[in-house]
Amino acid sequence: MSASISQFRSQADSAINDLPLQEAIDTATGNFWRGREGALEELPDSEGLRDHFKAIRSATLAQLDEHLESFESNAKAAGTHVHWAEDAAEACRIVIDIGKTRGVTLATKGKSMASEEIHLGVALEEAGIESVETDLGEWIIQLAGDPPFHIIAPAIHKRRDEIVTLIENASGESLQSAEIEDLVAASRRLLRSRFLSAGMGITGGNILVSETGSLVLVENEGNGRFVSASPPVHIALVGLEKVVPTWDDAAVWLQLLARSSTGQPLSVYTNVVTGPRKVDDEDGPEEVHIILLDNGRSQLLGGKYEEILQCIRCGACLNICPVYREVGGHTYRSPYSGPIGAVITPLLMGLEEYPALPQASSLCGACRDVCPARIDLPRMLVELRNDEVEQGLVPWSVRRAEEAAAWMLMDVDRYRRLTGLMRTAQLPVLKDGDLRMPSFLDPSKGRKLKGLAPRPFREIWQSELEGGDG
Amino acid sequence: MSEKTVALFVSCLVDQISPEIGVATVRLLRRAGCQVDFPDAQTCCGQPFFNSGLRNQARDLARRTIEIFEPYDAVVLPSGSCSSMVAAEYVHLFEDDPDWEARAEALGAKTFELSRFLVRQGWAPPGSDAAPTVTYHDSCHANRLLGLGGEARQLLESAGCRVVEMVESDRCCGFGGLFSIKMPEVANAMTREKLRQAVDIEVDVLVSIDPGCLMQMEGLVDPDGPRVRHLACLLEELG
Repeated sequence: MSASISQFRSQADSAINDLPLQEAIDTATGNFWRGREGALEELPDSEGLRDHFKAIRSATLAQLDEHLESFESNAKAAGTHVHWAEDAAEACRIVIDIGKTRGVTLATKGKSMASEEIHLGVALEEAGIESVETDLGEWIIQLAGDPPFHIIAPAIHKRRDEIVTLIENASGESLQSAEIEDLVAASRRLLRSRFLSAGMGITGGNILVSETGSLVLVENEGNGRFVSASPPVHIALVGLEKVVPTWDDAAVWLQLLARSSTGQPLSVYTNVVTGPRKVDDEDGPEEVHIILLDNGRSQLLGGKYEEILQCIRCGACLNICPVYREVGGHTYRSPYSGPIGAVITPLLMGLEEYPALPQASSLCGACRDVCPARIDLPRMLVELRNDEVEQGLVPWSVRRAEEAAAWMLMDVDRYRRLTGLMRTAQLPVLKDGDLRMPSFLDPSKGRKLKGLAPRPFREIWQSELEGGDG
Repeated sequence: MSEKTVALFVSCLVDQISPEIGVATVRLLRRAGCQVDFPDAQTCCGQPFFNSGLRNQARDLARRTIEIFEPYDAVVLPSGSCSSMVAAEYVHLFEDDPDWEARAEALGAKTFELSRFLVRQGWAPPGSDAAPTVTYHDSCHANRLLGLGGEARQLLESAGCRVVEMVESDRCCGFGGLFSIKMPEVANAMTREKLRQAVDIEVDVLVSIDPGCLMQMEGLVDPDGPRVRHLACLLEELG
């Protein structure tokens, strides 16, 4: 995938003019950000906790290799297989190899942004392994063939009638007059049989706890527990930045994660996986595999973008973002949307493929306000714009126009002369102080644009204000 | 109140497009007991170039601006966004250049957005019977980088205005400098949402301390909706 400025603009325009979609986005993001505010207020010192969390994340990233190695040795001691995947292809290959070795034909999946990032679903299908999403939202978009619309709520763009039809088609049941409970029940019946017959379960992971080699997986539907505990093999695909040294650190993470994303104090299920089932355990997988996914992350260490690896994928920045709330998730053409998507997508998948995303921001800074790790997203958007200039990714005409403007502003006489010329040049299109241009030339797409004032302030100053009482 | 000479940094947008904001600013500063000087060499603080990733151009304009304004005791801007550029961002432009970093920091420390300057001067507008019901748009950089907002509300209340809050007073108006030209469809949708929130609370005037936000919102405001005005213009008019 890729996102050029014109693609972004035209897809944004469609989303903006889709009123039911606008309402759906407003409802979902509004509930989330209001929930977040309330949930953080319940903490005695949420600001202090965020500072502490930021310190944990940056200290851990500063010695990431050591923490990952210690995670690996403790996880292995607990009986977990640990794999390192340098890129998307290697991560998919590892999953497929494990499946083939065990003769798996059906895999259940928990919600995982990392699996979206590497397009694991497509790879499994090509390898002849059926994979079934079991998070309700993910399952709906899998049935629809859509990419996720939001990091934590992938199906908010789907209208009720669309969802009814999707579940009807999948289940063969008639659900036209069904209540939401009936739709959930129908999904549950369908998914239950898949849970019980799957040869392996694939999940993501929220936190890797180094001191015990444990994986923490949070979710709200119980599907994550089912996927990780019921099949004989559990594979967790986790970005390698998700490690913390201790359970004390993990506790801080957990206090902020659900609060920042849905406004819950904790999600309904907090699963901890430390190795496969033990001899006297009643259930649990026979094999646990954790795949540490790099896919461009380690290149960011030690550079100006390292801070972005502190992200915990809570989605708070999407919910508050005035751009996301207008254009929605699909406009970003990446599994990661909103402010975090606008930064991490070009970094992981190539700035030349996604030149629109760093531009898709008014740099308002609302994202920085709500980020549990206080990531300075606007700073990184500006850095990426700087990279676009340096790598020649800015359209030639835009670059030249901006350079010319700067050149004009560097000398006040030049500035005076050229703005004087512009004052004359604008006259044919000036009406009541506004520039009126034919619509195909209109740079503001229907917004009234003020022309230059008849006289600049500096002239008014000289003739009427200077030295006097004005 | 001590008589004080301040340099007015009017901003390129006010100079060229909205000079009435500059005129109102001069009058308010004089009412607050200040001598106003307008250094004629001033042009632009460089923010558009900083935001576009043209860092060299932003640095050149920042150096130029520092040279022009550093001789003064205080610099006042009728723009939250340009104030934040000078007071909060200039130092980041010179992280590898200690001399300029120090000069940027020194200028930043004596650069004030107008409402903050007036409040720090201890000036308050007299109450007016003609004062309208208003709402205040917390423009992004003023609010988030400089912590501004309280000052403008205080001045408005002192002038006799009833200040009613929008659901999200701090939601971006969509301007974002060149963003409003590079992604006009998105910017306009953001502006319409902002204006909807102002219409919902039925105020007479939507007030901002940022010429950029005002230009953006004026471009889409409904003739029957609230009037969109700069704080300085409203206060100046109320007397």
